[in-house]
Amino acid sequence: MPATFTRIPADVERKDTGIGGKPPVDRRPTGGGGGDDNWENHPNGRRGPRELLTRYRMGLFCALAGDLMFFIALVSAFFVHQNAGHFDPRDAYISDWHPLVVPPILWINTAILLLSSLTIEIARRHLFHEVDVMEEWLGLGRPAVRRASPWMIGTVILGVLFLIGQWIAWKQLASQGLFFTTTQNSHFFYLVTATHGLHLVLGIAALLFALGALFLLRRVEMRQITVDCTAWYWHTMGIFWIFLFVLLTCFQ
Amino acid sequence: MTDHVWWMPPNGALHGAAIDRLMWWNLVALATLFVLAHIFLFIALIRRKSTGHDLSPMRWEYLPLIALTVLYAWMAVSAQKLWATIRYQGAAPHALQVEVTGQQFQWYFRYPGPDHTFGRTRPELVSAPAGNPLGLDPADPHSADDIVSSVLTLPAGHEADLGIRSIDVIHGFFIPGMRVKQNAVPGMEMHIHFTPATPGDYPILCSQICGLGHARMQAHLNVVSNSEFEAWIAAKGRKK
Amino acid sequence: MSLSVQQKAPSHRLLTTDHRSIGINYLLLSLVAVTIGTILSIFMRIHIVSPMLKLPIWGVVPPEGYLALVTMHGTLMVFFVLTTAPVNGFASLVLPSQIGAERMAFPLLNAISFWLTTISLAVLLTAFFVPGGAPISGWTNYPPLSAIPAAGPGQATGMDLWLLSIGIFCLASILGAVNQLVTIISKRCPGMTLMRMPLTVWSWLVTAILILFAFSILLAAVVLLLSDRHFATSFFIPPGEVINGFAVDPHANGSPMLWLHLFWFFGHPEVYIAILPAMGLTSSLLANFTRKPVFGYRFMVVTTLLIGFFGLLVWGHHMFVSGMNPYAGTAFALTTMAIAIPSSGKVLGWMAMLWRGRDSRVHPLPTPMLFTLGFLSFFITGGLTGPILAQPVLDAYLHNTYFVVAHFHLIMAMAGVFSLFAAVYYWFPLITGRLMNERLGKWHFWLSLLGAYGTFFPMHFAGLAGMPRHYAQLGGSTSTLTSLMPLQTGISHSAFLLAATQLLFLVNLAWSARRGQPSGDNPWRATTAEWTPVTKGCIARYGPYEYRHSINSADFFQQCAERPEQE
Ligand code: HEA
Ligand code: HEA
Ligand code: CUA
Ligand SMILES: [Cu+2]
Repeated sequence: MPATFTRIPADVERKDTGIGGKPPVDRRPTGGGGGDDNWENHPNGRRGPRELLTRYRMGLFCALAGDLMFFIALVSAFFVHQNAGHFDPRDAYISDWHPLVVPPILWINTAILLLSSLTIEIARRHLFHEVDVMEEWLGLGRPAVRRASPWMIGTVILGVLFLIGQWIAWKQLASQGLFFTTTQNSHFFYLVTATHGLHLVLGIAALLFALGALFLLRRVEMRQITVDCTAWYWHTMGIFWIFLFVLLTCFQ
Repeated sequence: MTDHVWWMPPNGALHGAAIDRLMWWNLVALATLFVLAHIFLFIALIRRKSTGHDLSPMRWEYLPLIALTVLYAWMAVSAQKLWATIRYQGAAPHALQVEVTGQQFQWYFRYPGPDHTFGRTRPELVSAPAGNPLGLDPADPHSADDIVSSVLTLPAGHEADLGIRSIDVIHGFFIPGMRVKQNAVPGMEMHIHFTPATPGDYPILCSQICGLGHARMQAHLNVVSNSEFEAWIAAKGRKK
Repeated sequence: MSLSVQQKAPSHRLLTTDHRSIGINYLLLSLVAVTIGTILSIFMRIHIVSPMLKLPIWGVVPPEGYLALVTMHGTLMVFFVLTTAPVNGFASLVLPSQIGAERMAFPLLNAISFWLTTISLAVLLTAFFVPGGAPISGWTNYPPLSAIPAAGPGQATGMDLWLLSIGIFCLASILGAVNQLVTIISKRCPGMTLMRMPLTVWSWLVTAILILFAFSILLAAVVLLLSDRHFATSFFIPPGEVINGFAVDPHANGSPMLWLHLFWFFGHPEVYIAILPAMGLTSSLLANFTRKPVFGYRFMVVTTLLIGFFGLLVWGHHMFVSGMNPYAGTAFALTTMAIAIPSSGKVLGWMAMLWRGRDSRVHPLPTPMLFTLGFLSFFITGGLTGPILAQPVLDAYLHNTYFVVAHFHLIMAMAGVFSLFAAVYYWFPLITGRLMNERLGKWHFWLSLLGAYGTFFPMHFAGLAGMPRHYAQLGGSTSTLTSLMPLQTGISHSAFLLAATQLLFLVNLAWSARRGQPSGDNPWRATTAEWTPVTKGCIARYGPYEYRHSINSADFFQQCAERPEQE
């Protein structure tokens, strides 16, 4: 058995590449999703140039739906703790909920994350810009890549800044004597920020990958896909963070 | 109880009779369905007479399904009525208070004693070897007359209100003869109440896996007459 | 691309992104798991009836050893057999061809999730060999028993490995589910509208959605528990917790109930994840072997969706007496009764199909059909006890007794496994181009049926007699349980028969793979597309179950055909 993943011939035969076939630019709603579609109207063979893109997006969003459930479960732990308490030796009920003032730097971090969402969105838009894409597809230079990559780099930097910001926030909490295990609340804070941070690390890895892809991938459509999916992932993480942030600040 | 190997042990609680009746009817109804269905399967397996006409979904799917729905609805309603009477409201104020504590792998039963109030317990005082398995706090005046026993003794015909606790892991407090089961969850106190009717010795089992001694975590419930109970509790009180 | 059957025997590689080879790998993996799980269960049965006996490899099994056996048995069977084989195994094997796709949406992802599954099985099995041995807290692993290493042997490293393994398994299943969802939604061939999908595909669709919900929750629960165990948090550890004399964590204030809710929110959907593919397969096979279309296709689709939907709302029925508020008990009892209705509907539909098809069905009944009938029988027998358990007031007596063990072994274990067998006997030609041996198959069926009923039916009575689960031995200070010894002995013996019978199956597999009679393109004269030899892209012309077509003499129309060249 060869120790490599065998490619299926059909994989190579496919006509989704930017070279040949149709240019990956048309905005027509294409097959590839939805149940109501009446396939008989569709041309045989490929179902429009953006089939692959929609498929990858769909996969990403399904995965993110699962991820959402994951965070919801974590948050449920938060609420359970919130109305937890115990009886002290004198049988007086003590709520174990020590409200926690989030370090103000979180506001800055939030702003940074929102900003990064903006930059990645701009990068994404660039890759779908009709004229440039046509040019790239015809093989005359790579205007879209040229325009998009700075924004991607910007996003990476912002993302790293955000993580550093989170780290500082932890340090500040620690300096207040609130460590991971000090109170229910603090370890929930640490756990949830850490989990979200981990997601962002993955996001940054994806960004770097996409950056490399921009220059290495031969097919326009694949370039679009990598950036597009990374962007949507990044946006979702931004939204998740907003939820968590609101939770941590307002629901104490 | 060897005569009951195949069935529920004889019921000794007031509310038990109703449960047994419900159980019986449920088993009968569903066993009938079971037999019918299998006769049907068997015929379908062996016979193959030619039938021209096709089947009507109405007769084969919707009507039977409605019938079954009615059956399930009946079950749900009758069961909920019983469940409500048994579990919804707490015990009567005059009920006999007993605190049941599960602990790997022992059941302890604490009676409040003459002052009718349980003494305070402190986790850090818990130590079975030192003869204080529940961590009774000597500083608390109420705890002095508390009676801790390893058998549960209850007067027949008198309602008992059990507060069920655990100090380590989740245990399951199960008296088959009383048709009573309630998990003992650490950090919570669950209350169940029932009235033992017929005197006798009933096994108490642990029904929730709780570690290597789970199977041997058993105790006895002694249902005795009122006078015997008084005598027993008095003796216990003197022994302390 | 779905090749013609002769080519179909794939040049089988271990490292591959070809969905069919991955499917086979999945099946082999769960074959390993089921073999181990069965051996463990035999050890359990031996231990119950004679605790002092010296087992071959094991030696004398101590009580905690028995609990470790139960825990690993349950985990292996639920996760690595009944989730891996029907959902990932057979979905990878036939799902793409059934919707006329050349392959899964993300072939590489498919391979990755297979390898993750393999790793997680390896991690789980190492738990046997670490100091302290495998975890002993049951496959549900209620804290604090599972949260505090000191709570018992096997709760230290063993428990960590269990959590790690299940965490990995969650990831693998979620990735697999994403893959299947996208495949079903976006890779159907022209003409394959939703209402033309075979019912197996509908089942896989709902299953994938359930997995996405359930396993994400389980993953979160596992993370929380691990952090309780290693980062001194206390999500599940209550205040005043004392484990054999030592106060655990003075200012802990978690709640074990949180775990119960999270686990069962996963746990109940999980059991339907295990059975839904079996339901789809049953409909397809009944249609095929009675040579009539599925009775009430829409009805079947709707009930599948309803089961999936209600499946997410009934988790509380595992917690009636676990300290949940009695009003919540009522609510969950009602939703649970509600879910019994679509399930019953399916059963009725299948019965109607049997009845209607009895003049036109294939003779003599081939083995897959027999196992489908077996599935029906077990699903009915095990299912009918469901509504009893769904009544809190009765469940308060039956909870955690052998009655429950009987319930889920009949409806999950045996029904699930029998439909697995049906699937293997039915799709074997797709894998090897050969049919499995009919005679061996029939023996396998009848002996298994006998053994299964002999093993699991009497358990109802042990349960009614009040025998709790997870009891390493009968006896103890109260004498009542010892009187169950004859019953349990009988159960054990028939369990030995049942397990031994499986050897016939293994022999049959090995023998038929090489010497079985060649099957040809479409041995069962089936309509669904996995049997249609197509070289490049296909198009769906008919509904999935066009048997006994009246307008012309043809007995059946294959759903898909070669796509006409025009591009
Ligand atoms: C799929 C699920 C499944 C299966 C198949 C089985 C199979 C068996 N089970 Fe198991 N069992 C569980 C799931 C299952 N069990 C669960 C979840 C628990 C609870 C664990 C806990 O409480 O923590 C449990 C617990 C349990 C107990 C209760 C222990 C206790 O609480 O004290 C007992 C006791 O007898 C038992 C017995 C058996 C026996 C004798 C078999 C077998 O011997 C039957 C013979 C085996 C087969 C018939 C399978 C052969 C199948 C194949 C060969 C298919 C291969 C095909 C492919 C892979 C493609 N099981
Ligand atoms: C495949 C798995 C599977 C399936 C499908 C089911 C199906 C059902 N289950 Fe089960 N269940 C489990 C697997 C499954 N269960 C497991 C593994 C456990 C134990 C977990 C543990 O504690 O370890 C469990 C435990 C369990 C409990 C908790 C018991 C306890 O711990 O105290 C309850 C309680 O409500 C329950 C209820 C039901 C109900 C109402 C159904 C319904 O869906 C059943 C619907 C089916 C029918 C109602 C039969 C229909 C047939 C007919 C109506 C025949 C018609 C005949 C004629 C017309 C003649 N199950
Ligand atoms: Cu205590 Cu089981
Ligand atoms: Cu359930």
